[in-house]
Amino acid sequence: MAWIVAGFVFWALGIWANVRLARLPRSRATSLAVPVIFGVTIVVVWECMVRGLNVPSVILPPPSAIAVRFAASTHILWEDFVQTVIKGALSGYVMGCGAAFLTAIAVDRFPFLQRGLLPIGNFVAALPVIGMAPILVMWFGFDWQSKAAIVVVMVFFPMLVNTVQGLQDTSAMQRDLMHTYAAGYWPTLFYLRLPAAMPFIFNGLKIATTLALIGAIVAEFFGSPIRGMGFRISTSVGQLALDLVWAEIVVAALVGSFFYGGVALLEKAMTFWHPSQRGRA
Amino acid sequence: MRTILPVLTVLAGIFVIWYAAAVWLNAAWAYDRAGRAGVTLSFSELVADTWAQEKPKLPAPHQVAAEIWETTVEKKITSKRSLVFHSWVTLSATLLGFALGTALGVGLAVGIVYNRVMDMSVMPWVIASQTIPILAIAPMIIVVLNAVGISGLLPKAIISMYLSFFPVVVGMVKGLRSPDQMQLDQMRTWNASPSQMFWRLRLPSSMPYLFTSMKIAMAASLVGAIVGELPTGAVAGLGARLLAGSYYGQTIQIWSALLMAAALAATLVALIGLLQRVTLKRMGMA
Repeated sequence: MAWIVAGFVFWALGIWANVRLARLPRSRATSLAVPVIFGVTIVVVWECMVRGLNVPSVILPPPSAIAVRFAASTHILWEDFVQTVIKGALSGYVMGCGAAFLTAIAVDRFPFLQRGLLPIGNFVAALPVIGMAPILVMWFGFDWQSKAAIVVVMVFFPMLVNTVQGLQDTSAMQRDLMHTYAAGYWPTLFYLRLPAAMPFIFNGLKIATTLALIGAIVAEFFGSPIRGMGFRISTSVGQLALDLVWAEIVVAALVGSFFYGGVALLEKAMTFWHPSQRGRA
Repeated sequence: MRTILPVLTVLAGIFVIWYAAAVWLNAAWAYDRAGRAGVTLSFSELVADTWAQEKPKLPAPHQVAAEIWETTVEKKITSKRSLVFHSWVTLSATLLGFALGTALGVGLAVGIVYNRVMDMSVMPWVIASQTIPILAIAPMIIVVLNAVGISGLLPKAIISMYLSFFPVVVGMVKGLRSPDQMQLDQMRTWNASPSQMFWRLRLPSSMPYLFTSMKIAMAASLVGAIVGELPTGAVAGLGARLLAGSYYGQTIQIWSALLMAAALAATLVALIGLLQRVTLKRMGMA
């Protein structure tokens, strides 16, 4: 009972603090503190409710148990991280985005192909491509190669569509200027069109980060060696070791956030000139 | 006309590559079988064989088309082998998840636009929530909800909901904030109450954003429903067809389920597109 009361008290405290903070003039500190307080409140309330209501740990383990499990099984988590993220997701991400980028530049030279490929690319980007996973596992075997392959297929079309759109994003005036400089195809590409396409390319890269992780993990449900995050999640659920599952989820969330954040930082560094970046301090 | 011809060309190219890849990928098995039978294959025999294998590595398009025809038209809809039956199972979860996700997304967006505390505290977490690969957690959600006694449609719909609420929140927040200062001032000079401001100005002007994000949400919702079916032990649904096909090496079955899912996604997105055009036209926005 004390746990439940403590949970509600903390909840009220969190709301009160956030309401007070939100009334202050918006600054960097408040816009960082408010979401942090919100997140901490949720975790604390979760802990209190699970303990207070005696929720069995096979349904929802308390955050403290997850943290203990996380600390105790770092070697398993690391092994899974290497298998799924480094070997599967990252290699597929690099290959898929690289291939899509080169294809986009090749397609860009032929307006005919471009008009044909864009609608189809848009269509495929909306399809449940993840369903290709069993087929690719059959083709490339159980190890990381099949995971990389599904990631390649998943990231290819969003990246392609974004890059092609970006390469078109120059105005006639800019192109004319390059023309008056007597710039040929390649100088125009490198000095005008690729820089102009950067915001679009980074948009594609950011979408692809989430897709890459999802693809690599879900592909493991269809067969994998005895390591990997998807494998661990599906077997641990079977063993009702939910604290380990949640530890894997924490890893996946951290990896996803860092992956996305890393690409976003890179974007900030490389497209500092773009209006969407200049507005923010 | 300007786009139809290029699109058809690219489509034809895809079919050519598909048929060629079928020959290339299935050749090993064809040669293997011919070698054991003690016959040598001419090129035309090889092609004929690779396009008609029972369990090919890559089935030819016409094999998949035949399978789809057989399992949709020639089977009774109630039969467990009917693809229509499986599609319906997936579709119902998709639609329920989509409805829940859209409702949740619109609700959150209204809260975020009207409440400063919510804007500051919830919005960062909404964005962070999408960096978690929810699909990876799907099996746990299904098993846990099963343990609590919730099974069937709802667990899958919850996964769909999680995937589909995000684009709606982002789109609706943008849409509800799209009226500019001048329009807001105009409403104020008419002495509009906050609820009138919402119903007469903010909501109507958010409609184009809502439909665009609903299209994305629908596609995401279908993916969620399919993946949500994987850990339920392959009972029913397109995801179950995929899983069963991969267990027994029934590649034609996998491809037909895949194409069915693609057709489903295309139809649903096109339906929303139609709704969008009709609605916006009646509102005088398109």
